[in-house]
Amino acid sequence: MSAPTLVDFDDVVDRYDPVLGLEVHVELSTNTKMFCGCPTTFGAEPNTQVCPTCLGLPGSLPVVNRAAVEAAIRIGLALNCDIAPWGRFARKNYFYPDMPKNFQTSQYDEPIAVNGHLDVTLEDGTVVRVGIERAHMEEDTGKSLHVGGATGRIHGAEYSLLDYNRAGVPLIEIVTKMIPDTGARAPEVARAYVTALRDLIRSLGVSDVRMDQGSMRCDVNLSLSPKGSGILGTRSETKNVNSLRSVERAVRYEMTRHAGVLDAGEKVVQETRHFQEDTATTRSGRIKETSEDYRYFPEPDLVPIAPSPEWVEELRGTLPELPWERRARIQQEWQLSDAEQRDLVNAGALDLVAATVEAGAPSGEARSWWVSYLAQQANTRGVALDELPITPAQVARVIELVSSGELNNKLARQVVDGVLAGEGEPDEVVAGRGLAVVSDDGALIAAVDEALAAQPDVAEKIRGGKVAAAGAIVGAVMKATRGQADAKRVRELIIERCGG
Amino acid sequence: MSELTRLTAAELAQKIHSREVSAVEAAQAHLDRIAAVDERVHAFLHVGAEAALASAALVDESLDADTPPASPLAGVPLALKDVLTTTDMPTTVGSRILEGWRPPYDATVTAKLRAAGVTILGKTNMDEFAMGSSTEYSAYGPTHNPWNLDRIPGGSGGGSAAALAAFEAPLAIGTDTGGSIRQPAAMTGTVGVKPTYGGVSRYGLVACASSLDQAGPCARTVLDAALLHEVIAGHDPLDSTSIDAPVPAVVEAARRGAEGDLHGLRVGVVRELTGEGYQAGVQENFDAALRELEKLGAEVVEVSAPHFQYGLAAYYLILPSEVSSNLARFDAMRYGLRVDKGASAEEVMAATREAGFGPEVKRRIILGTYALSSGYYDAYYGQAQKVRTLISRDFAAAFEQADVLVSPTAPTTAFPIGDKVDDPLAMYLNDLATIPTNLAGTTAMSVPSGVAAEDGLPTGLQIMAPALGEAVMYRVGAAYEAARDAADGSPFATRIPEVKR
Repeated sequence: MSAPTLVDFDDVVDRYDPVLGLEVHVELSTNTKMFCGCPTTFGAEPNTQVCPTCLGLPGSLPVVNRAAVEAAIRIGLALNCDIAPWGRFARKNYFYPDMPKNFQTSQYDEPIAVNGHLDVTLEDGTVVRVGIERAHMEEDTGKSLHVGGATGRIHGAEYSLLDYNRAGVPLIEIVTKMIPDTGARAPEVARAYVTALRDLIRSLGVSDVRMDQGSMRCDVNLSLSPKGSGILGTRSETKNVNSLRSVERAVRYEMTRHAGVLDAGEKVVQETRHFQEDTATTRSGRIKETSEDYRYFPEPDLVPIAPSPEWVEELRGTLPELPWERRARIQQEWQLSDAEQRDLVNAGALDLVAATVEAGAPSGEARSWWVSYLAQQANTRGVALDELPITPAQVARVIELVSSGELNNKLARQVVDGVLAGEGEPDEVVAGRGLAVVSDDGALIAAVDEALAAQPDVAEKIRGGKVAAAGAIVGAVMKATRGQADAKRVRELIIERCGG
Repeated sequence: MSELTRLTAAELAQKIHSREVSAVEAAQAHLDRIAAVDERVHAFLHVGAEAALASAALVDESLDADTPPASPLAGVPLALKDVLTTTDMPTTVGSRILEGWRPPYDATVTAKLRAAGVTILGKTNMDEFAMGSSTEYSAYGPTHNPWNLDRIPGGSGGGSAAALAAFEAPLAIGTDTGGSIRQPAAMTGTVGVKPTYGGVSRYGLVACASSLDQAGPCARTVLDAALLHEVIAGHDPLDSTSIDAPVPAVVEAARRGAEGDLHGLRVGVVRELTGEGYQAGVQENFDAALRELEKLGAEVVEVSAPHFQYGLAAYYLILPSEVSSNLARFDAMRYGLRVDKGASAEEVMAATREAGFGPEVKRRIILGTYALSSGYYDAYYGQAQKVRTLISRDFAAAFEQADVLVSPTAPTTAFPIGDKVDDPLAMYLNDLATIPTNLAGTTAMSVPSGVAAEDGLPTGLQIMAPALGEAVMYRVGAAYEAARDAADGSPFATRIPEVKR
């Protein structure tokens, strides 16, 4: 297969309108699986978290996990969806070795939540409303490990190992409506949507939403329509998109690839593609000769889910402050301009600053630390701000030490460096590095006298009433004390010694 | 033959609990009987003699210690259909694909039997995956009807019914998806009950069609069935479709019924389930049963269930659809047969399913796969579900006019082995009268109604009741049974001939 012809991105958006659709699977962090009592802990020895039901043994039966239904309803409510008063699970029938029953118990035409939306804020502050088609419950499959092949793929493998620990872990699939009219911003919108969804679900406390561990997975559907034509193109579905950055890159790549196909007068193949992290390209999956017929029918082993209006309202009452509500509140409380707020959000600092404030720090100092010094540190290390090995509580403690006069700003940065270097809590770093401000007047007076003696002309000016000249002496004392002196106190002592 | 094998379960339990006979003696007597006749009957696929004797010994020990019996049936032997999982015996479902499979867990029914101190003798033969009406579709060879070894014992639960009629066990468990308990009961002159859907847990019942399957008691008398019913029924949190309601008091109802008074009770004859197509002797015995019921004081009325005529067609769309999905799991990846032909998982799956499933199972998987296919779903599965609703409404309307409904259980007596095995439609017609109950999720039983004059083979009276209406059904069944025995001058079981050499 030859490499696809790609069209320059700007050229693509000049001539085509991208239409996006995103399907996000979220693994719920319930204690037990969707239909049995097995634990869901990530990373256990293969096939140790299994029972007759999640292994699909003959005679076994599913029982719905109420906690999973509860989480699904809460997600639905947070996405402004209608909660279905009655719905059945369905069986999606297809054969695959890592699927124990050879059907997946899912919701098909009766999803628990429908017709909602999520408002997504782009970097420049533009708000895009993404329509939510549905959110439904289903069970995860097991995992196949293909051994012996060069690529870890099934083709060419000598044998495959199957781990059913994940089989039956509850999943919520959230499907957007078609997202039109995003133009050149389609990649950014896709990324911003997945980010917003991640933050939302994290705030609900129902999933770890870790894309790197697979507890949040995104499929990107994309098609192009000739600019202004309103004619929908054929879509591709890209799987294996495992990071926020990849979401953006996958959309961008598919746009340039589709345009190449269309420009050549060919038809886009409706297919599943896999995102290649290393090259930021997509690769065609197995081309199916026939379209998959899943032979859905209502799951006869389960009774319908019928959440009462009372229960739904009770769950609505359990929704925490949602990310956008929190942002609005914070902006108001801290009296931030829209631009300041945006910088904070774009830097990924808002939650960290808020947590630092919750730990007792004033908002100004907290913001200043995260968006300047700590942002630089993150940048230098090439990690996200929230991946720095320092907690908001530790930052709050450093700020507290500064405001009490025990540290000055320069020392405070050294304390932060110590925390980042793994030297322990801020107080431990202060003690370990001997960084406390020198406030012993005896030692300071000696240093002041020494500096005055070293610069008699300056001393004379001060004695003559030119207090501003004291700066030079302060600098000398700070240098002599390696920055550990309290500059304010030094200034007072200089004026005192000069008979002021 | 030991006299112990001739006793009813209630009689045997009384002797065991009064220490006249030990549970081990009771178990041994039945194991001896199995050893003597099962080569000819082939009711059992597996006999767990050691486990049975060990279980019986525990009951004796407990009684020796003056502990009250764990249940009214403690120490009584039972034959378990090979569709319910057992940790100490294989569970094959009559299929090659599960040959030798030893489940790691007990079905809820199995667990309840063990907890009740019932002695499980072994696992009984059945049509593969409970699909069939003659037990000829067992991968392990047919079961023979003890009344006439050249005849089928009914199906799919022919093994359980034949074990009762051959006095190999006084109790058995069957499962009924479209008549698999009741039709074999009729064919073997025994009693079989299909409980209300959800009345008995399906956990550990290897599924044929999930929305239709129901395990139930089989015995030689109505009272014995009632005693067993109360042991196995009840809510199970492991089965979502199990009903969270008290078990109907069927033992009390059976005892009351045996007193023989049915005044004030209305018995509805379903017009669509009699007359044309029914063997003469079957119809005669049914008419005689109606006269007995009238003599007992019941008012016999005719009711109509116009949609029952579509029951068979709807059943043969819903059942195969569920089967095609339920049986997808038999793919050689985790348990059961594995035919290592081909290089890919897909090829191994296909080769295994080709070798492991018999013709009737394949036929229904194909039917169901087709019926659920995109573009056909509404025309087939969707329509069938509508018929199902209409049948439920027919039942509801009929139960306005009558407390119970009656019909012959099956249109014919036991047919010769080999007679219909190549004519699936003829085989399917045998379940015409039993299927509506499964589609509606209601309850029904079959009670022997005599032997047909023309062939000397037993016939069955089907008594149908509303969901959770088991008590009135058992009452009518026991009343009829008592009247019939009184008229005959002896219990019906005494008319069963000795198994021929």
